[in-house]
Amino acid sequence: MTPFTTLESPACPLPLANVDTDQIIPARFMKRPRSEGYGAFLMHDLRGEPGNAAAVLDDAAFEGAQVLIARRNFGSGSSREAAVYALADYGFRCIAAPSFGDIFASNAVKNGVVPARISEADAEALLSDPGVLAGGRIVVDLPAQLLRVGNKQFAFEIEPVWKTQLVNGWDDIDMTRSYAAAIDDFAAADSKRRPWAVPAA
Amino acid sequence: MSYGSRTIIDKIWDAHVVATREDGQSLIWVDRHLLHEGSFHAFDQLRRRGARIARPDLTFGVADHYVPTRNRGSIAPEIRRMVEQLEENAREHGVTLFGLDDPRQGIVHVTVPAQGLTLPGNVMVCGDSHTSTHGAFGAYAFGIGASEVAHVMMTQTIWQKRPKRMRVRVDGALPPGSTAKDVALTLIARIGADGAQGHAVEYAGSVIRGLSMEGRLTLCNLSIESGGRLGLIAPDDTTFAYLDGRPYAPKGDAFARAVEDWRALASDDDAAFDREIVMEGSDIVPTVTWGTSPEHALPIDARVPDPDLIDDPAKAQTVRDALAYMGIAPGTALGDIRVDRVFIGSCTNSRIEDLREAAAVLADRRAVVPGLVSPGSAAVKRQAEEEGLDRIFRDAGLEWADSGCSMCVGMNGDIVPPGERCASTTNRNFKGRQGPGARTHLMSPAMAAAAAVTGRLADMRPLIAGRTK
Ligand code: SF4
Repeated sequence: MTPFTTLESPACPLPLANVDTDQIIPARFMKRPRSEGYGAFLMHDLRGEPGNAAAVLDDAAFEGAQVLIARRNFGSGSSREAAVYALADYGFRCIAAPSFGDIFASNAVKNGVVPARISEADAEALLSDPGVLAGGRIVVDLPAQLLRVGNKQFAFEIEPVWKTQLVNGWDDIDMTRSYAAAIDDFAAADSKRRPWAVPAA
Repeated sequence: MSYGSRTIIDKIWDAHVVATREDGQSLIWVDRHLLHEGSFHAFDQLRRRGARIARPDLTFGVADHYVPTRNRGSIAPEIRRMVEQLEENAREHGVTLFGLDDPRQGIVHVTVPAQGLTLPGNVMVCGDSHTSTHGAFGAYAFGIGASEVAHVMMTQTIWQKRPKRMRVRVDGALPPGSTAKDVALTLIARIGADGAQGHAVEYAGSVIRGLSMEGRLTLCNLSIESGGRLGLIAPDDTTFAYLDGRPYAPKGDAFARAVEDWRALASDDDAAFDREIVMEGSDIVPTVTWGTSPEHALPIDARVPDPDLIDDPAKAQTVRDALAYMGIAPGTALGDIRVDRVFIGSCTNSRIEDLREAAAVLADRRAVVPGLVSPGSAAVKRQAEEEGLDRIFRDAGLEWADSGCSMCVGMNGDIVPPGERCASTTNRNFKGRQGPGARTHLMSPAMAAAAAVTGRLADMRPLIAGRTK
């Protein structure tokens, strides 16, 4: 995984709450291998809707945006990691919102995407910030846990372990391999402690 | 190990910690890992690393997400490929599979518990957010993403942070006609679709104790719709009676020993929770959703909200957007909303009791809109046919299909056409969940049956009056 420290790019303001992973990528696109890229399916149906709530994704002002700003409960619903694939393949490396679906946030980190938790008030401020709306640049400073727009700055929260993992670009599986002996010991002791825990048939 | 008073959540957690890092992350042992067609991303990751499944004996695969519920003779090639890919991967790694033609096939969260694979005190994971369903048995069960699936495959463990603990207590008793689905929708409406985020939830209280295993499965299934990491119910005699004799459950002395251990899982009387919600069972009435989030739920005799009367502009915009998508005028009475079709199925409400409840409303009546009934597993289908329930559905004019995720994810043409409105026993009324432009109203099976016979959202209570269950 590529380590993440800071980035600077336009930010895409998506003034929606409860953007679930079904909306981020509808299930019918998930049969494809990841190698084909999932970016083209990002919010596919929302973008096709009358009134087009996700029109910002196609707005030239936010071309090259690596940061997405949204309202509460972003990425709720289905555990599909394909939602993160779609965001990441489209180019997003940081999602800033007041709250995230638990599974989504964990999937994001596994793919080097920062789930940055901001307050509701800051989300509203960013969504209506003239600099953001004009396609101005935003700085994501992960070590300092700050978003900077012009001369304003907004603190964000993230689980400390996720921060460490993102900043170092660590891979879970490599880390777990160093616990192989502890896992074997646990399994041996557990089969005595809970002999019934394995499937009987 | 921690000592003193503990919740069931802490007890299961403590029994599964392999190691804890300085930063507080713990490596947790996984007792059951469930796979489905969507697991191909994880198998691909495994292949790239040249790795194998560490414990195939604790890993089970089920074909459900992509299997057709109709015309199984002529499966579309891309769907067939998904099902075959799972078969090949399972074979290569020595994993038991309940495949397309297996008599145990069904939706993973329906067929796995019925096989006795879900046990109290187990940690279970699956690449599906409704894995919380298995909490009905007092299992610590949660959904994970593809990278985590690959991690569990390779190590039989998963990194987790100890969750915050929340208890939802439902006291008293439910009025006639109210079901576990209504309890869940009422709770989500109250705390919000992100109300339980970061928490593991224990459901407790006399209403919960009074639920059958099937009702408990429905309630725990919907834990994720309030954002909970998982939801569970302490195992009791109802649980043990259900498990006794199931194919994969412990047998004989092992079962007796297990029951003894399982009884000790219940939260200690003075165990502390980070948060507690108390609801009164008698307040819970048949409930339906009107919008595009499960938190948009109201009693059937209510009216949808009017965004002009909401002060918070962001909230008003959300309501306006939801009503526009759903094609409903502000302030409309729920009972005045006409539906185009019904769907009875999904891991939330497709078990035998669900089908019985729907059939009780439909018996000797005709549906005035088309509908699809997809039983939760091949076994549920067989039992329903033995009881003659399929006849009731067919005579009412509904289609009786095979088991799969079907119209819950809008696969294989099991979709709600754009702009149409569906009364559905599923778990997500998200935009486009049942097909692009589909409008979904969530409700219990009996409420969906009531919608079928009246052609609108309707209270099932008058329709059941005088009928025995
Ligand atoms: S029925 Fe729906 S919610 Fe349940 S496992 Fe299948 S897709 Fe997921």
